[in-house]
Order: sequence, then structure tokens, then C-alpha cells
Amino acid sequence: MQALTQQLVLDRIKDHFPEAIQDVSEPYGLLTLEVTKREVLPIMTFLRDDPELNFGFLTDLCGVHYPDQHQRELGVIYHLHSLVNNIRIRLKTFFSEAAPVIPTATKLFSAANWMERETYDFYGIKFEGHPDLRRILNVDDMDYFPMRKEYRLEDGTRTDKDDRYFGR
Amino acid sequence: MSLAQPNYFSAQDTMDGEFATLNLGPTHPATHGVFQNVLKVDGERIFSAEPTIGYIHRAFEKIAERRPYYQITPLTDRLNYCSSPINNMGWWMTVEKLIGVALPKRVEYMRVIVMELARIADHLICNSVVGVDTGALTGFTYMFQERERIYEMYEQVCGSRLTTNIGRIGGFERDFDKVFYHKLRSFLKEFPARFDEFCRLLERNRIFMDRTINVGGISAERALSYGFSGPNLRAAGVDYDVRVMNPYSSYEDFDFMIPIGDNGDTYDRFMVRQEEIRQSLHIIQQALDGLPEGPFHADVPDFYLPPKDEVYNNMEALIYHFKIVMGEAPVPAGEVYHAVEGANGELGFYLISDGGRAPYRLHFRRPCFIYYQAFPEMVQGAMISDAILTMSSLNVIAGELDA
Repeated sequence: MQALTQQLVLDRIKDHFPEAIQDVSEPYGLLTLEVTKREVLPIMTFLRDDPELNFGFLTDLCGVHYPDQHQRELGVIYHLHSLVNNIRIRLKTFFSEAAPVIPTATKLFSAANWMERETYDFYGIKFEGHPDLRRILNVDDMDYFPMRKEYRLEDGTRTDKDDRYFGR
Repeated sequence: MSLAQPNYFSAQDTMDGEFATLNLGPTHPATHGVFQNVLKVDGERIFSAEPTIGYIHRAFEKIAERRPYYQITPLTDRLNYCSSPINNMGWWMTVEKLIGVALPKRVEYMRVIVMELARIADHLICNSVVGVDTGALTGFTYMFQERERIYEMYEQVCGSRLTTNIGRIGGFERDFDKVFYHKLRSFLKEFPARFDEFCRLLERNRIFMDRTINVGGISAERALSYGFSGPNLRAAGVDYDVRVMNPYSSYEDFDFMIPIGDNGDTYDRFMVRQEEIRQSLHIIQQALDGLPEGPFHADVPDFYLPPKDEVYNNMEALIYHFKIVMGEAPVPAGEVYHAVEGANGELGFYLISDGGRAPYRLHFRRPCFIYYQAFPEMVQGAMISDAILTMSSLNVIAGELDA
């Protein structure tokens, strides 16, 4: 059998989901696909269940916020690992801040449960169908999502520090 | 492979209102860290467990978005504080991958030595605490002496002990000195005999085996689904080790084995860690024997602080010093994921840089956080005392759990 390469993985996904892929890149040797929100779960199901690809290990799931990308402010980033073939893949999907809803991956990977709760906790991304979507690290009655870029780290009322000299 | 531990309760057992609720934590001595478990118990049997975490959440990912790269290491120290050098090195390697630094072989070997020492220290704490939770305090006190010797070695390399903040971008702040070599050599000589005593105390101890075998087991399939990694996954029988699968820092140069267990129970996790300690010693010995001569840091003047006397006497060095300290070093835009084999699993750093002085986004893949969610499933139907053992053998470190 031909050894599985990133190109083969990419071709397989392209065959099955011709419409879904918006962007392909390979930063620092890690195959990165940007896919539509609608197709992200079917792609992960395919990657996990295909006997040849075998991406059965959800390494990481996290959110990201780009306030300047119109209609694509929030994103979720998945890292999957095929332990059998030793290939990693990164899937990204972006959607609007106004409707931050994305289907849950808990049905595919039990590990996604807390990772999604963490993402909800910090970015306010709602995972549709999650069994227990509550805050996890922050206090329950917090009324904002602290990792979004509009929340500054320092107390907003402070005047003695000029932001130009301290960080972005 | 079946679950090692048959469930005591059947699916029909709902028995609303029949259970007592027990708060285990957040400051219970047996949790070894600040996290809470609300247990529903029927006598001594656990019907359900509900972990509550976040008591020591310190918003590291948010803080990191405002800090220059070299100031993020102290944050990584406080993740898994039992083996902070591994976290530090993992972070340096992530940054080095982003900016593309070629390291001298000596630096990589030196890092391997320090990281393996940290792994030994971490596993020693975990295993001796498993001993304590079964009632064997003696091993703990003896092993803490050995951990102390490892901490003294950290002190010799970087000046601090627990939260080490060890190294720089591109290497170490200073070379290993004579005292370090002396301490390391005598450790390598004397530790195995003392460690054997510890092994004899527990490994074939009837009481210990009765308490740990078939306790808190998890199948390989469930462990993978739960994103287990490190010794906990290997105890379930999956030979996944980042050091071998995606070698970093010259791990491919060394000859070592990956121990694996059969049924992922507390005893297997204990035994996997025991064997990993021996393998780590083996790696350190190889790295020490093969330690190449050469500089102890890479040639990256944009990131590596120049020596102090040059800063005072050389204009260029002064400029570099100023730029580095103010965090004005040029960093390319890009995204990078780097994983190292932390003491309790795959410790990953996902870094998005937009070319600014601080990361645009930094996410820590914290192994504890990911595998601790399996805890309710692992203790369902078990005794309370077994739940404590399961928790300590999973090596849940509150700092890493809560970030």
C-alpha cells in the first residue's frame, strides 16, 4: 500500500467534498484546510471513519477571534491526528459573530466535550447538540466572553497606562 | 478489550433521591490540587461524579496575547508545575519553529537531559503519591529526597527550583557547570539503587496490588476517544509517544523503549511510569555520554540576549539588548503547532502570530484538561477510596487543568 501523504489526504477530501474547501495551505508542514461551517462535521466524520485515513484522535479544538474579518469574525480550529499514519491535519472554519453556532463534535470524539465547553466559555461559540454546554473555567454568572478581542486585559478605566507602549 | 471494571450499577438504577451527595474538594487533601468533585454515592459506591474545575484559572491565554514571546515562559511554568522545564522547552521550541532557528546539537542534548530529569521528577511525585493514597507513606518521603536532588540540579542550571523559567529562545542562558555535572553523575550513580528500593516496596506488594489492579480502568478505544495521551494512554495499550512519533530536540538519536500496559487501570499507569523513569535514566546517560562540544545557544542575536559585558561596551549589543527586552524582535506572521511529550501527555502549543510583538492567539493543549473529563466514566460504580486512587494515578495537576 502506498504510504499516506498529505497530498493523498487532501485529494481524498477534495473527491468527497468538492464544494467544502475554501483554502488550502501548509504552514510549517501541517496540512491546513479552511472549510465551510456546514461541511466541517461531515469532513471530520469522513476523516475519522475512513479505514485508510483513520484520523481517530482529536488533538485539539480551540476558538479564535478576528474582529476585522467581516462576517467571519469567529472561528473554530480543529487539530486531528491519524496515529496509524502519523499525519496531522488542521481544519478551520469561520462564521459570523452574529450567529456563532456550529454543530458539536462530541458525537465523534468524547474529548470534544470539555474543549467545546472551554471554547464556549471564552468565545461564546455555541455548539449545537452539545450535551452540557456550560462555562467551565470561568464563573457561571459571567456575562461576557473574555477571550474576544474587544475585552482588554487591563481594567478599561485605567488612564495611567498608554496602550501604544504596552502591547498591541 | 473490555472495561476492566464492571459497573456496579445497572442502567435501570436511577433511584432519585436515594443517594447521598458528597463534596470531594475543592480543598480536600486527597485531591492534591484545587478542584471539586460532587459525588453521588450509595454507601461507599459512586453512582455519578461531577467535576467542577477552574478554581485556579489565571487566564494565561489572554495574558499571553499581550506579552512579548520571551515573557510567556513564566506562564508555561505554572501549567504543570511538577515538570515545568518540559513546558518551558516546549514553548521555546514552538517559538524557534516559528522563527526558524537552527539549534546546535549540544543545545538539543542539554535540553533532553533537563527534560528527562523533569520527567523523572514528575513521575516520582505521581507514583509516590499513588503509594500515599494506598497508605504507604514511606516511599513518598524517600522519593522526595530524590526529587530534591533533581530540583538542586535545576537550580544549578537556571537558579530556580519549582517554576524554573529555564532557557532562552535559541538555547540556555548559561552552560552546564562543573557542579551540575557532578550532581548529575552522582544522581545517575546513586538513584537507581534507591529507586529499586521504592520498586520493591510497591511493585509486588500484595496490598498495593489488591488496591490498584482493576481500579479505574479504561479501554484503549475509550482512552483514544477521550484524547488521552502520555502514560495514561500507554497504560491502556496504545504506544503513542510524541518523542518517537514526531521526534523533536534530537530524540531520534537515543535508544529507548516505550512501555505499555494492558488494561489501563491504576496499576498499569503506575507501572508504565515506573518503567518510564528507568528509560529516562537511560536517555540521560546516553545524552551525557554523547554530549557534543560547542556553543550552548544558537546564533540568533535578534532573540538571544548578548553577554552583559558586551552590552556595556558594544553599541550593537546594547541595541540588541534593548530591542529584545522591549519585545521588538522581528517575528514572522504564521501559525504553528508544536507538541512535546509532557510528563502527563502530549503538551501542545498552538500559536498564531500576526507579526506583532505578542502572539495573536496562543492555545495550550493541556493533557490534564483533556483526559480529566473521563474521570466520571472511570469511577462510576467504584468505591470512594478507589476514586481517589484513580485521580492521583491520572496525575491531574490543577495548574495544567485550569490554565
